[in-house]
Amino acid sequence: MGIQGIGASVARKEDRRFITGAGRYTDDMVVPGMMHAVFVRSPHAHATLGKIDSAEAEDMPGVIAVLTGEQLKADEIGNLICGWAISSKDGAPMNMGEWSPLAVGKVRYVGDAVAVVVAETRAQARDAAEAVMVDYDELPVVVDALEALKEGAPQVHDNAPGNLIFDWEIGEKAATEQALAGAAHVTKMQIRNNRLVPNAMEPRAALAKYDRAEDHFTLWTTSQNPHVARLVLSAFYNVAPENKLRVIAPDVGGGFGSKIYIYPEEIVCLWASKRTGVPVKWVAERTESFLTDAHGRDHLTEVEMGFDANNRIVGLKVDTIANLGAYMSLFSSAVPTYLYATLLSGQYVIPAIHANVRTVYTNTAPVDAYRGAGRPEATYLLERMMETAARELGVSPAELRRMNFIREYPYQTPVIMCYDAGDYEASLDAAMKAADWDGFPARRAEAEARGKLRGIGMSCYIEACGIAPSAAVGALGAGVGLWESAEVRVNAVGTVEVMTGSHSHGQGHETTFAQLVSDRLGLPLDQVNIVHGDTDKVQMGMGTYGSRSGAVGMSAIAKALDKVETKAKKIAAHLLEADEGDIVIEDGHCKVAGTDKQVPWFQVALAAYTAHNLPDGMEPGLKEGAFYDPSNFTFPAGCYICEVEVDPETGKTDVVQFVASDDFGNIINPLIVEGQVHGGLAQGIGQALLEDTAYDASGQLLTASYMDYAMPRAADLPSFNVGTTVTPCPSNPLGIKGCGEAGAIGSPPALINAVTDAIGVRDLTMPASPRRVWEALQAKA
Amino acid sequence: MYETTYHRPASVEEAAALLAANPDAKLLAGGQTLVPTMKQRLAAPSDLVDLRHIAALRGISSEGGRIIIGAATPHAEVAGDATLRAACPGLADLAAHIGDPHVRYMGTLGGSIANNDPAADYPSAMLALGATIHTSKRDIGADDFFTGMFETALDEDEIIIAVSFAPPERAAYAKFPNPASLYAMTGVFVTKGSAGVRVAVTGAGSDGVFRQAEMEAALSADFSPAALDGITVSPEGLLEDLHASAAYRASLIKTMARRAVAAA
Ligand SMILES: Cc1cc2nc3c(=O)[nH]c(=O)nc-3n(C[C@H](O)[C@H](O)[C@H](O)COP(=O)(O)OP(=O)(O)OC[C@H]3O[C@@H](n4cnc5c(N)ncnc54)[C@H](O)[C@@H]3O)c2cc1C
Repeated sequence: MGIQGIGASVARKEDRRFITGAGRYTDDMVVPGMMHAVFVRSPHAHATLGKIDSAEAEDMPGVIAVLTGEQLKADEIGNLICGWAISSKDGAPMNMGEWSPLAVGKVRYVGDAVAVVVAETRAQARDAAEAVMVDYDELPVVVDALEALKEGAPQVHDNAPGNLIFDWEIGEKAATEQALAGAAHVTKMQIRNNRLVPNAMEPRAALAKYDRAEDHFTLWTTSQNPHVARLVLSAFYNVAPENKLRVIAPDVGGGFGSKIYIYPEEIVCLWASKRTGVPVKWVAERTESFLTDAHGRDHLTEVEMGFDANNRIVGLKVDTIANLGAYMSLFSSAVPTYLYATLLSGQYVIPAIHANVRTVYTNTAPVDAYRGAGRPEATYLLERMMETAARELGVSPAELRRMNFIREYPYQTPVIMCYDAGDYEASLDAAMKAADWDGFPARRAEAEARGKLRGIGMSCYIEACGIAPSAAVGALGAGVGLWESAEVRVNAVGTVEVMTGSHSHGQGHETTFAQLVSDRLGLPLDQVNIVHGDTDKVQMGMGTYGSRSGAVGMSAIAKALDKVETKAKKIAAHLLEADEGDIVIEDGHCKVAGTDKQVPWFQVALAAYTAHNLPDGMEPGLKEGAFYDPSNFTFPAGCYICEVEVDPETGKTDVVQFVASDDFGNIINPLIVEGQVHGGLAQGIGQALLEDTAYDASGQLLTASYMDYAMPRAADLPSFNVGTTVTPCPSNPLGIKGCGEAGAIGSPPALINAVTDAIGVRDLTMPASPRRVWEALQAKA
Repeated sequence: MYETTYHRPASVEEAAALLAANPDAKLLAGGQTLVPTMKQRLAAPSDLVDLRHIAALRGISSEGGRIIIGAATPHAEVAGDATLRAACPGLADLAAHIGDPHVRYMGTLGGSIANNDPAADYPSAMLALGATIHTSKRDIGADDFFTGMFETALDEDEIIIAVSFAPPERAAYAKFPNPASLYAMTGVFVTKGSAGVRVAVTGAGSDGVFRQAEMEAALSADFSPAALDGITVSPEGLLEDLHASAAYRASLIKTMARRAVAAA
């Protein structure tokens, strides 16, 4: 590998180990004396927990312990918490119910952990788990958020009357209502954003080892943010203080948000390891993943958008009910509020916006951030509205969007966000050109001749990445700061190790982060190693989610590199007897600009460590750290155009063309960016076309396996037509915006707009399954 | 999975003896249904008697004007066999669209029809082809073999050896897959041969695979898609689930039947 810097399409360094089966995941970790945990889970969605009889289970072969919530409480292990405090509009704090890692008193959803069995083998633990006798006294169940708010609905938590967690608002209510009252046209819709199961390829897992000699814990776990896990485990769950707890997140096979949170199982494994004196490993089975991984989305919204006589948007009124499930997961409160309603201006000038959001407890799995987290919900709402409004107003959907675009920056929206840069028209034009928008009528006619209904739909999305100045999110209720850290360690021979607080679980950081170093220091890529995912190796960091690792994580590395370069230049100037200001770093050398005087990089590094000949007073070594706190969110935006063909006889929708035109700011590695877009589009198309999470009235998850939960497969996807336009981000040193979630954010409305165009209906609930589309066609006929 | 004892008999007789000696034993073919069921602890056979290493159960041949397919022949072999492709391409195509490559290399025809999943593909072909199921005890006609959802005429200790059928003049299968599992949400196999026209429907009936008499009559008079235009399929007795209502399945039966006739 040579010098491959910013902008090079380098194949991912990490893929060699992944595609040869040499990756090391939590379940690959084996430590001496390790035993296996299996959880006893509630088969009921809501019940009073009676006696737990584990006598028979305890006597079974290989079993060393059966532990319950009572014992956990006796050991003073804390309850799980939601780390973002949101108050209702009347100032009341959110009504957070208790979530014990092992249930105490009550179970509140199917899959709620009731006890844990530890045994020599996983099979023994499973056998014994079946033998644990639990008395349940079943209670009435509520699974739907709208039902949960109705009077007389079953109560999920006593301290959340009417199941209401908070009733929150943003924007100007009176101004919005006034704008709508005076509007020439108002488009109204009811829009559901379907609940999704994250389905990471690697199920969640934890291996906890308590070292009695050192009174110290090690936890290997499937985490997107091991330091945050350690912080929360020590600060709130009372498992161990931070200095006595090492958290390692090794290779992680996909997260999509679902591995941000701390779940009961990690806490219980740590606690059980100390109690039993053996290392304890738990690996979720796929059914457990379906039942207990934090789900995504699940919004129901009433929305109104007003236009003046010139088709300019005058106001937007949103009333959303968000189903948070049975317990408040770690960031669940932020997703339907600050990650959602703050994006409701979209790409448009909307003078007045008001959004009201009620979050609700139900007897279903907890809901939290899932790829996009709030922004897909906002985008779906707006872009379904724009398309529908265009149809009602009789104008081209492209032109309606174009005439309402924001064109001047910075642009302060009525909902907190201040957009720093963008060019939405450039994305729109590029997408329409790539999609041959004007040729659509001919394609539709040709499809019609084949008996197919062809439709086209677009979506102009904006999203917010790299959450954001720590002080700002703190003021909004976040329990953590959202900066990132880096340490650049130049070794004595000039090779480089970068410790990053970001965590890679599919993003390719080991490649892109190395490209930045390669670019700056002129070193071959294989002389740079990226170290992440271990609290003993890496200084405090905040982890990877919200497409933040480029904009925030790499900015921290850039900042640390600045410091390394400054010191290296001082050393080189000293060695070359030149002026520090004349030194440039290029091609693996420190050079005196404009001369042929140079010293190889490795000699500068060596000089730093031999310390035989350093400038007066300089400390030895070449290693610098930095913490980077962004000055703003970043705002990726773009335009997606989808074309579908519907078989009117069966209702089956084929996505026949999908164009993505994204503005991610500057791009480090086009190959990886394209891959991220492909993955995001697959997930967004999955949501819009295939994926749905269904509970029956008794709270049983009907879609708890791949027999009933439809994931997108290669055959469901067209060959994507992906391109980018660039407005560099002014808010960080690299000009990066972030690309990890855009595909999942922008694609669902484009697809549903295309399907509704094809079949000529106004409303269609996701996913556009064959059944739903067929039924919509029947209803129309 | 609960503990079980694995056996690898070399002959059908040996397999039958193992079954007889172990009342809680089960035959194992490709394991594509049985093993997942065991992993979910929904089945707990004391013994597994593996049929995949009995040479006599595997392979496709043509004898006395009939096609014979061994019970332990995997779907991939059925899909790729030249004799079968020539004699009844519809059946080869059906096999080519079962599950995914892993499933097709492991799963077997015998296992599929013994299991008689209401959404499985093969039962419709056997019924429409008027196939004979040859077992360790007797020969059973397809009309008598499939007796209901997950039910067959097989005795507990009876082993399917092979199936045979006379190649039809025309035959084709049209499948509308369940979007999640890709099993048949509705599949229709039509044949026209010496025994007349037969239309078998899978994936849709709450009693498993069935023949559609009205369509058979219409197609006997005129074997063309248009012959089905006047027929209304009743949703009565059809499956209802998350993915399809009975009314939707009724509509799919007609659509798939027309497509199968067009392809035959
Ligand atoms: C992911 C996946 C997708 C699938 N998709 C489809 C699909 O699209 N369409 C479809 O039709 N099927 C599908 N299947 C099922 C597949 O075709 C299986 O191969 C089939 O259902 C069972 O065959 P098997 O050889 O695996 O039998 P096994 O699982 O080994 O056995 C099934 C049952 O049959 C019995 N049995 C097996 N052989 C005999 C015999 N010779 N005599 C008597 N009893 C016997 C066994 O005792 C057991 O009870 C799918 C399976 C999977 C895992």
